[in-house]
Amino acid sequence: MTLLAIDWGLLIEKLVLIAVVVFGSLGIALYTTFAERKVAAVLQDRPGPNRAGPFGLLQPFADGLKLIMKEEIIPNTSNRVLFILGPGLAMTAALMTCAVIPWSSHVEMFGRKIELQIADINIGILYIFGVVSMGVYGIMIGGWASNNKFSLMAALRGASQAISYELAMGLSLIAVLMLSGSLSLKTIVEEQMAQGGLWNIAYQPLGFLIFFVCALAECNRTPFDLPEAENELNFGYHQEYSSMKLGFYLFAEYVNMIMSSAVMACLFFGGYDVPFLDESTLAPNIAAIIGVAALLTKIVIFIFVFMWIRWTIPRFRYDQLMNLGWKTMIPLALVNMLITGAAILWKAGV
Amino acid sequence: MSTIQILFFFLTALALFSAIMVLVSKNPVHSVLWLIVVFFAISGHYVLLNAQFLAIVNLIVYAGAIMVLFLFVIMLMNLNSEAEPRKHIWMKMAGVISGGCFLMVLVSLVRQATDMQQRTALMGSGNVGLIKNLGKALFSDYVVPFEISSVLFLSAMVGAIVIGKK
Repeated sequence: MTLLAIDWGLLIEKLVLIAVVVFGSLGIALYTTFAERKVAAVLQDRPGPNRAGPFGLLQPFADGLKLIMKEEIIPNTSNRVLFILGPGLAMTAALMTCAVIPWSSHVEMFGRKIELQIADINIGILYIFGVVSMGVYGIMIGGWASNNKFSLMAALRGASQAISYELAMGLSLIAVLMLSGSLSLKTIVEEQMAQGGLWNIAYQPLGFLIFFVCALAECNRTPFDLPEAENELNFGYHQEYSSMKLGFYLFAEYVNMIMSSAVMACLFFGGYDVPFLDESTLAPNIAAIIGVAALLTKIVIFIFVFMWIRWTIPRFRYDQLMNLGWKTMIPLALVNMLITGAAILWKAGV
Repeated sequence: MSTIQILFFFLTALALFSAIMVLVSKNPVHSVLWLIVVFFAISGHYVLLNAQFLAIVNLIVYAGAIMVLFLFVIMLMNLNSEAEPRKHIWMKMAGVISGGCFLMVLVSLVRQATDMQQRTALMGSGNVGLIKNLGKALFSDYVVPFEISSVLFLSAMVGAIVIGKK
């Protein structure tokens, strides 16, 4: 089936995959907001949302409806185009990460072998870095276009925080790359799945810790939610936003959480690997479904840890945040890199 | 038309249009954002040439880091379109004509260069730009210049800190 020299089968396959992944992530993000409130309720010894539907399961839809129905206010003195562009950019950057995450191995359907990954490019991890560095723009543009001092301050804070923690994140990943010798996420996962292969967390506990802290900071989660520090900045960079534009900013944070959990699962916890199970003995379609379930389970566990931390630890002060980033995380990541390099050389017997 | 050709024309149109918008926009923040679009389009061209590493590094370094700093500076200086000095129409004309002449010289130079004769770009094939081959070339054939440039970066960093401490 070749028309206009385009492989339409491949195009449709990828479009369906993109739609499933994007709407799936949004659906999970919807219920992550619900889970956040429930986890907070459990940790604070109260029942949490329980009115809409059984166990309050319809609460996210009620919240969404509320956000859409609210009046849309665009401040008079704001930069109109950029004010609208900001939340869109934040959401786009959050969703773009899903392109390189291997959700599972392949399925066989309609006589085609369909890889459950949107794009297996051989620069997968660098792509994630590129997208993470784009994430700053949503915050900065939104904060600046609001034409509000507090928003601008929060945007500058958010941007400098993101830039500072990106460095340590990158350095902690170099150690993983040295072990796997590939930048493709699929290859990294397959190496961890191979017979006798251990998950990368066994080799890189310190690297994982650094990556996890940096992921918290990149997602603007407590204890690093300085851009939203209510007691200093009123409400942070989305102060002037209302209705669904505010909803997009809040939602983008949850999508970011899901994506960074997926990346952590792939890099350090074997991706779609089920421990003590040899997937190659199963039929490919069943193995694929088990793989998706395994990856989603890992993602849910990480999201729970994110929430657990949010409702346990108070917020850092700004100087503490910068000190932690530049004077603790980056040197630790460098030391981790040196140790990994030395261990690889020692094992190779040079 | 093949997929690569469609993408090529789309990316070229996007790059040219946003490059013009960089110059035409009155608001400096808009200019910066259009410049980021230009970087995206150029990265797309790199991907078409199968130079994936170059494409993504272009995005990380230019669009992700340098442009963020540009945006920082412009936002904090709070430049407005009203504050921009208005230039005389003759000045603008002179600028356009001299810039156009310079472009013509550059294009004719590239077209006539002996290195460029009988060459076509490798679209979607060729593996020099892949990270593996690039890394091998950098750390074997060009290891001395590579290391020297890293020392240069280090000294630039130290210099920035010294100036900042004053």
